[in-house]
Amino acid sequence: MQAVKMVVTGPFNSGKTQFIQSVSEIDVVSTERKISSDAEKVKESTTVAMDFGRITVDEELILYLFGTPGQKRFDFMWEILSEGMLGFVVMVDSTRPETFREAKSILETFRAYAPTPYVVAANKQDHPEAWELDDLRIALRLDPAIKLLPCVATDREKVKGVLLELLYSILAEMEKQ
Amino acid sequence: MPLKGNLRDFSTTNLLNLINLAKKTGTLIIEGPGQGAQMSFRNGKLIFAQMGHEDGNLAVLLRRTGRLTDEQVKALRARAATATDKELGLLLINAGYVNQSDIINSLRSHMLEIVYRLFTWVEGLFRFEPSIMPGDDKITVPIELENVIIEGSRRMQEWAHLAEELPNLDMALKFTDRPNANIRNMNLSVEEWKVVSYINPKNSMRAIAKATALSDLEIRRVVYGLLQAGLVEIVRPEGAPAPRATVPVRPGGRPAPAPDPKQQMSVVNKLIARIRSL
Repeated sequence: MQAVKMVVTGPFNSGKTQFIQSVSEIDVVSTERKISSDAEKVKESTTVAMDFGRITVDEELILYLFGTPGQKRFDFMWEILSEGMLGFVVMVDSTRPETFREAKSILETFRAYAPTPYVVAANKQDHPEAWELDDLRIALRLDPAIKLLPCVATDREKVKGVLLELLYSILAEMEKQ
Repeated sequence: MPLKGNLRDFSTTNLLNLINLAKKTGTLIIEGPGQGAQMSFRNGKLIFAQMGHEDGNLAVLLRRTGRLTDEQVKALRARAATATDKELGLLLINAGYVNQSDIINSLRSHMLEIVYRLFTWVEGLFRFEPSIMPGDDKITVPIELENVIIEGSRRMQEWAHLAEELPNLDMALKFTDRPNANIRNMNLSVEEWKVVSYINPKNSMRAIAKATALSDLEIRRVVYGLLQAGLVEIVRPEGAPAPRATVPVRPGGRPAPAPDPKQQMSVVNKLIARIRSL
């Protein structure tokens, strides 16, 4: 049995968990819950690590989707999660410009960990407050070659589209070598 | 879809850069703390700017740049109170008071002054309205944004430096007790003289700025010069360190093991097929 993984990263509350949930065949093992009380905070501070979803390809192959913890205080997990990944998705909440800088920072951090292909998913594009993709690209200072894809994390087809684009990029990268 | 947010997260520099690159047309409305501003653009060029309720009347701008006298402005207001800027401009040109270049240069200076002030705003809700443009009665002057952004960024650096040196404008100034400092023999600018005339332990720098119509950047620049010359003293509030920008800590990365492309191509193809079938 071979297991491969892709990482879904992005700022806190950018839609990573929902993204994974939309395509995972198992309930996402989510450890990034809303912290609503001090008691929970204490409890969760020992367990928060990542989100985790699975897609079985065949008897020989499983794809794991790992969602990174969005909070900066758990960034020690990022490097661990990035090891051996095929590629990664950077989720950006298109309605929250206050998170764009952090998204860019996370993207650069992951690029430093592993020079694997990646795509940027502009989440919540169905929201009336969402920034347009062209504006987002400039705000995030994305090279025109980087795929910036419209996404609605609750929409399975949109999520599939993002994952497929990432896989096409991975394939193209492999073909170049 | 709206382009909106807060300058705290997306600065004036970022915004102008975006508008320039995307060649946007419309009006950027900023609601800062206690004051608003708006700038209009056509195809990525700045064409109009207005700061809050400040009087942007053409006659006032021409007086500010020395093209008209106070008496002329008064006379114009009495005789052409309802004239639009365009009508007033034509009137002034035909009367031989100013020429077209005077008007354009005055408007350009006024717009740039507003934009550079906006560079120093660190907080404020903004939204870009593609459907709002200046009225037909307004004179628009197209200004390329590249140089504005460069100059604005330079001022931002200066502002950051001055804000660090003079973090609290609520502090007062007083003259130093140096016996050999003779302010009358010093070569001060008009702005500096204005500030000097208000120096008193009772007047905060903010109050002096208001009285002399200087921006936060300008009052800091003048006070910094006076401080460097040893003419004035400032008392910093106890236990209030100068604000410093936090530098994001980036964890050092190490490359993941190089994948074997040949072995993994079939894996990727399988993944593609599987995800398509979901």
